[in-house]
Amino acid sequence: MNDKHIVSSFDRDLAELNQMVARLGGMAEQQLAAAIDALENRSADRLEAIISADGELDDLEFSINERAIEVIAMRSPMATDLRRIVAALKVGSVLERIGDYAKNIAKRTRVIIAEERDPRDSISVARMAGLVQQMLNQVLDAYATGNDELAMEVWDRDQEVDQMHTSLYSEVLGKMVNVGDMAAVHSHFLFIAKNIERVGDHTTSVAEQVYFLVHGVMPGDERPKADAASSTQGADIES
Amino acid sequence: MTQENPQVKIKAQGVTVHYGEARALHGIDLDLNAHEVTALIGPSGCGKSTFLRCINRMNDVIDGCRVNGLIAIDGQDIYDGAIDVVELRARVGMVFQKPNPFPKSIYDNVAYGPRIHGIAQNRDDLDGIVETSLKRAGLWNEVKDRLAESGTSLSGGQQQRLCIARAIAVSPDVVLMDEPCSALDPIATAIIEELMEELRNDYTIVIVTHSMQQAARISQRTAYFHLGDLVEHGPTQSIFTNPANSQTEAYISGKIG
Repeated sequence: MNDKHIVSSFDRDLAELNQMVARLGGMAEQQLAAAIDALENRSADRLEAIISADGELDDLEFSINERAIEVIAMRSPMATDLRRIVAALKVGSVLERIGDYAKNIAKRTRVIIAEERDPRDSISVARMAGLVQQMLNQVLDAYATGNDELAMEVWDRDQEVDQMHTSLYSEVLGKMVNVGDMAAVHSHFLFIAKNIERVGDHTTSVAEQVYFLVHGVMPGDERPKADAASSTQGADIES
Repeated sequence: MTQENPQVKIKAQGVTVHYGEARALHGIDLDLNAHEVTALIGPSGCGKSTFLRCINRMNDVIDGCRVNGLIAIDGQDIYDGAIDVVELRARVGMVFQKPNPFPKSIYDNVAYGPRIHGIAQNRDDLDGIVETSLKRAGLWNEVKDRLAESGTSLSGGQQQRLCIARAIAVSPDVVLMDEPCSALDPIATAIIEELMEELRNDYTIVIVTHSMQQAARISQRTAYFHLGDLVEHGPTQSIFTNPANSQTEAYISGKIG
């Protein structure tokens, strides 16, 4: 099948939309990496920059929406073209949301740095964050190249994230009990862990969009669920 | 939406059409459901209009045209020797690309069919049929005070609705439409499209259209023809969102000419 439209400006519109989504994906990755980095190193230098940069992601997502609506109105896209545009809209909003989580982690990091008394009681989210960052990176590759197999690998790995979240949750809860005077700091860690877990969930929804883009239907099986923390009493319900 | 339990109104099996030596259709199998609008789409020369014209035997009048295979309406083979073609064309009405009212009054345009087919018993009957048909075609309010004026004095969109009124005046089962809106502006097009949605309650409608958007808007099923073959046929939503065949996808996405 020929990939090119007879009206070549339509191809340019679609390519532009793809580039915008790719750029937003890159920005979301960067924000998340910077926020995790600042947290793990207890480094306050870049926190303000991360927090203020979130506006750029919001603006770009808005531009993606506008461009997508224009293309729908002007080109009357069908089939894969239409799915490509709908996917750009959905993935755009997911990436914007991931940016919000990064911003939220940066804000909480500011408090943690200010309030933390004894580094021996501190908690590391590096492993879980590393996995989620890797998933985000892979799913963006899968989206850019229309690789549904790669997307589904990411989708499967969300189970690991959920497991890590559950154990991190227990770890923080344990510290809260044992180190009574750090509850404020520890509760921020709970939310940060939840934020990272949510980013993992969002990568699976990008993966679903890639699958939808390629096949025109959503992946059939239920997404694997292994997050016992959300069914544990006392876990925060939903942010 | 497509119906839950559609009734097959028109059945085509192995329909092959030759124009002289040239084969225009290569064995088409296609069931068309009652009370649905089926859109036939495909590039020029793909055979969609040829197929449409098989359904009321309009191809009979073309020299050198041969139709083989089966086309049955309500289970009756319409190419059977016992079929009265004039009667068939009353049961299977047709609306063409360019509105073609007779150079007669608006009234006579609609009354012509019922008269020659002896459907009306008297003048009152005929008046009733003319009024009902014009109403169903959504034209009555615009022409009720000028029925004696010539049909050709109407605007393009009104003329096309007059032709639809003329087609339905003889109580057909099936209405065939060959690009009925291609000469109309968007408003007149919308009126005809709205009309089709109403008419399908009573008729089976088959439409040839070059507008993908029109096919998507008005039909329950879409059939994609290419080079004399039926490539894909299915619910319109599936054809336009996730076609099974890559040729169909290329065509509806504007990737082949």
